Amino acid sequence: MNLHEYQARDLLRAQGIAMPDGGVASTPEEAEAIARRLGGTVVVKAQVHAGGRGKAGGVKLAKNAAEAKEHAGRILGMQIKGLSVAKVLVVPAAEIASESYVGLIMDRETQRPVYMVSAAGGVDIEEVAARTPEKITRLPVDPVYGLLPHQALGLAFTLYQDIAQVRAAARLIQELWQVFTANGASLAEINPLVTTPDGQVLALDAKVVIDDNELDRRPDLAALRDESAEEPSEVAARQANLTFIKLDGNVGCVVNGAGLAMATMDLVKYYGGEPANFLDIGGSSNPEKVVNALRIITRDPNVKAILFNIFGGITRTDDVANGIVTATRQFDVGVPLVIRLTGTNEQEAVRILKDAGMTALNDMDEAVQKVVALSREAA
Amino acid sequence: MSIFVNAGTRLVVQGITGRDGSFHARQMMAYGTQVVAGVTPGKGGQTFEGRVPVFNTVADAVRETGANTSVIYVPPAGAAGAIYEAADAGIDLIVCITEGVPVLDMTRVMPYVRSRGARLIGPNCPGLITPGVSKVGIIPGNICAPGRVGLVSRSGTLTYEVVNQLTKNGIGQSTCVGIGGDPIIGTNFIDCLRAFEADAGTDAVVMMGEIGGTDEQNAAAFVKAHLTKPVVGFIAGQTAPKGRRMGHAGAIISGSSGTAEEKMQAFAAAGISVMKRPVDVVALLRDRLG
Repeated sequence: MNLHEYQARDLLRAQGIAMPDGGVASTPEEAEAIARRLGGTVVVKAQVHAGGRGKAGGVKLAKNAAEAKEHAGRILGMQIKGLSVAKVLVVPAAEIASESYVGLIMDRETQRPVYMVSAAGGVDIEEVAARTPEKITRLPVDPVYGLLPHQALGLAFTLYQDIAQVRAAARLIQELWQVFTANGASLAEINPLVTTPDGQVLALDAKVVIDDNELDRRPDLAALRDESAEEPSEVAARQANLTFIKLDGNVGCVVNGAGLAMATMDLVKYYGGEPANFLDIGGSSNPEKVVNALRIITRDPNVKAILFNIFGGITRTDDVANGIVTATRQFDVGVPLVIRLTGTNEQEAVRILKDAGMTALNDMDEAVQKVVALSREAA
Repeated sequence: MSIFVNAGTRLVVQGITGRDGSFHARQMMAYGTQVVAGVTPGKGGQTFEGRVPVFNTVADAVRETGANTSVIYVPPAGAAGAIYEAADAGIDLIVCITEGVPVLDMTRVMPYVRSRGARLIGPNCPGLITPGVSKVGIIPGNICAPGRVGLVSRSGTLTYEVVNQLTKNGIGQSTCVGIGGDPIIGTNFIDCLRAFEADAGTDAVVMMGEIGGTDEQNAAAFVKAHLTKPVVGFIAGQTAPKGRRMGHAGAIISGSSGTAEEKMQAFAAAGISVMKRPVDVVALLRDRLG
């Protein structure tokens, strides 16, 4: 789960990391009031779950409170990568002498959290990593012992020469470990970590991503989810225990299992169609899930035909068949359905569908070709 | 012949009295797996399905029944604890089916499992099956057939799709392993490729990958350097949308975008025959096996 910058700031500051004061606003007037309280030049920053905010015009410098209000008015409601901006963060503009990068990420390969620090921080850090990887220092951390004091100091020495700055950075790097482990993060990143002309070390921007698997045991973190910042159909799907991602095509897909769902979308594309969504109904298969899946997909006016691709293992295909029949009785699906199911209780499923006047296919390629043809006829 | 599970597999089911554990324990018993014990704390002394003794701890189960393999169906909050317990009890092969285990827990579990000399498969995986001999996990037994093609996959149901294609076309399997899709897993592609290469009962390997990370690229490099047996591969997610990625660390650490295209290129460069569709597995295997 992605956190907004203002939420990430709260987690960092709770561990004692030095970040400039600031405030979050939902209206231009609130932004103006925060800017007035802070005084001087401020930065107004869109709070949205997408990278590249600055380049999209979602980060603006304001010389005074009136300008902050004006910028906030333009940024609030703005679309960035398909997501609309509901909040802005207002922080004082810091004078910057140097920009560094400090990131901590869960690494598949070493199976440990890995620090990455670089004295060449800022928006172009990925280019630095690609062109001059030697400018990035990496350190996998043994989770049993945590980050040891000499390791934190060693990383800090790669950033600064001044011993006071080194000690400040080492403390911050250590505190970032606490942020990461105390919140079950999969990513905690400070970019940029700056020095000011008077020698202070300050974290100017923070990103934190929480491991979704932590949310069940951490209701305090789960409560940070901002549903207003997500695609409404994706929110509805999550509430129905479905994994759903909306796409731009016209072939709706209902599949069990993420790998098979992706392979189904790939096959739709292979046969010349465009998938309208990724939808995984998961392992357990109560008919209600299928009804919800159909409701969510049919809300998308682009959808011209819907494909079910179910390989029954834990999922019982008769449950899916019952769900399809129930849904078609509850509301008008409005577009043709192509149903492919095989595996657990397949014969029962075929009978249920037949009794309701529907047919089921057994082969994935045949089903995909059929649904693509139907979507073309309707388009 | 096979990898990891065979006729000597003596299985203990952790969470045998739960909803999922009891269902799949019955399925495994029906398939012919030697289910020698179950574990549910507080239910020690009971008997499952009239023939499998239930113990309070894995250590008791190992001592009383000689169990050497465990399969875990406990909820996410208890899954890491169940793995520690199995490793401590001297279990050689631990298969964790549970989905939703916090990744931070897994960073501590893995060194512990290694220090006890055990192998973990999963978490968040369908388990593995040596057709006709032993099934550990949830892969439907009826779609598999004994034979000489090894299969390793990050997915669940996509694995079934491909195994089903193989079986329908008369191509049996030595062992099918679902390694799981989580960021930190006990057994990866390379572990399975190495085992299949060493297994006299395996003639070729099918590898089912997905977008994200660099496991498939690493596996491709391993294939090129160490495999004499033919490999056929698939990458799911060619049409997956690019995420609205947050932060830079992901791109920096992998030096890769983890796209399907990049992975398929790595496969091809390593001499792996790349499937465009799951159904292609049959023709490509026939081609490679002659």
